[in-house]
Amino acid sequence: MQSRAPIVLEARGITLRYGEVLALDQAEASIPAASMTAIVGPNGAGKSSFLKSVLGLEPATGTVRAFGLPVAQALPRIAYVPQRAAVDWGFPVRVIDVVLMGTYRQTGLLGRASAPIRARAEAALDRVGMADFASRQIGALSGGQQQRVFLARALAQGADLYLLDEPFAGVDAATEAAIIDVLKALRDGGATVVAVHHDLATVDSYFDRVLLLNRRTLAEGAVRTTFTRANLALAYGPALHLDSAA
Amino acid sequence: MDEFLTLSLPPMLIAALAAMACALPGNFLLLSRRAMLGDAISHVVLPGIVAAYLLSGSGSGLVMGAGALGAAGIAALLIEAVTRRSGMEPGAAMAVVFTAMFAGGVVLLETTGASGVHLDVEHALYGNLESLIWLGAPPPELLRLTLITLGLGLALALVWRPLVLCTFDPVFARSMGIPTGLVQSGLTAATALAAVAAFQAVGSILTIAMLICPAAAARLLTRSLPAQIAASLGFAVTAAFVGYGLAGYVPLWLGLPFTLSASGMIATVAGLLLGGAALVASHRGAPGL
Repeated sequence: MQSRAPIVLEARGITLRYGEVLALDQAEASIPAASMTAIVGPNGAGKSSFLKSVLGLEPATGTVRAFGLPVAQALPRIAYVPQRAAVDWGFPVRVIDVVLMGTYRQTGLLGRASAPIRARAEAALDRVGMADFASRQIGALSGGQQQRVFLARALAQGADLYLLDEPFAGVDAATEAAIIDVLKALRDGGATVVAVHHDLATVDSYFDRVLLLNRRTLAEGAVRTTFTRANLALAYGPALHLDSAA
Repeated sequence: MDEFLTLSLPPMLIAALAAMACALPGNFLLLSRRAMLGDAISHVVLPGIVAAYLLSGSGSGLVMGAGALGAAGIAALLIEAVTRRSGMEPGAAMAVVFTAMFAGGVVLLETTGASGVHLDVEHALYGNLESLIWLGAPPPELLRLTLITLGLGLALALVWRPLVLCTFDPVFARSMGIPTGLVQSGLTAATALAAVAAFQAVGSILTIAMLICPAAAARLLTRSLPAQIAASLGFAVTAAFVGYGLAGYVPLWLGLPFTLSASGMIATVAGLLLGGAALVASHRGAPGL
């Protein structure tokens, strides 16, 4: 059944150089609709760079099509959740202001947020369990709360494809559970989720697909058939021991 | 009292307006960790003005303003190029570019006829605030700075949301298709405009102080961005009035036979305000620290 789902994100020949360093070498992905894919690979494998390259945020070469369009034209249907550490959390804005940043497409860049838009942002906060924090300054949040706010901002975008960069990095267990619930609900509602993921032990229970990356794509497919010792050895080397891998 | 209105109030108002014009973009330079860019731009204004004067032979504010904006643009491109080509960190690239351009401007000024006119190195550094008095008509700087300050305030209100988004999270902004490069260039241009306007009245030292000190002090004492900007404007005006007053009147009261540099004193007061804010904030544990 999964094989019959339409492909919503197709990346081919993604190559990225930082000076002498080849960060990505002909990496690729083919993501079907209403799936949850973990991008997995060792440190420095280019997972975050791959996500950014797919969105056109890095000077990478290759082709990316999303929803049948060149990715630049499909951006309105894509929500990107950067790494939490990418921003200054001492920045003087409130939680609701950050979530409203996800609604620019509804308001227009220069427009003000109308009441329905505000309601939508508040609903997004509610979905991640942060409704009571709307008026807090973001500087007062814990790491897990910061991550929930970032997810709420993506929810407020109302996208069909969610690309998340290490959404579980440095968050508490309750936040991790809350985030995975939201992501699974998104998938069950027909949206597509792709996340850079570090914890190999939870790939099986959180995701239904996996993409093994180490500068190039080593394997991609259903967790059951792709998340194997042999494939992991390709990505991490033969020394890796992992009980949950089949 | 009449003397105050014609001799002291116009330069005080000009200093206050220049400080406010600089504080507006300064808040965003600070938050995007590009405070050094303000330093760079206020320096490269000098070669821009000299080059514009030499090329056009005109000393009009408009021509010099255009030259300064052009120099700021060239500096921004050079900084970008040096950063990209050499892998140098942006702060170092800025330091290299703006000191080289400033030095070039000084050499140009000294070796050509340009220093005969309104331009000399001392004015470039300290401005000539004390000479901006009301002689039958208001000094032209007063009107110009009023218009530029109002214009910058209006522009800020118009682009508020994209500017805040691009300052807080530029990568996310780009993922939404927002032209963050354009927004950044707009901020650079606004900084250049404020620096040019302020430079001719108050010199490059005060311009640097005004781009950063009021915003930095406000950042330490406030929690929300609108409050920070309001406070920075308050600090800017306070520094201008208190600094000018101290420079002009304190030596007089003390019976000293000289006055102090007004723009130097204003910059000093701005620095003291920042120091005071840091003391208060360290006691309170402010979010900006």
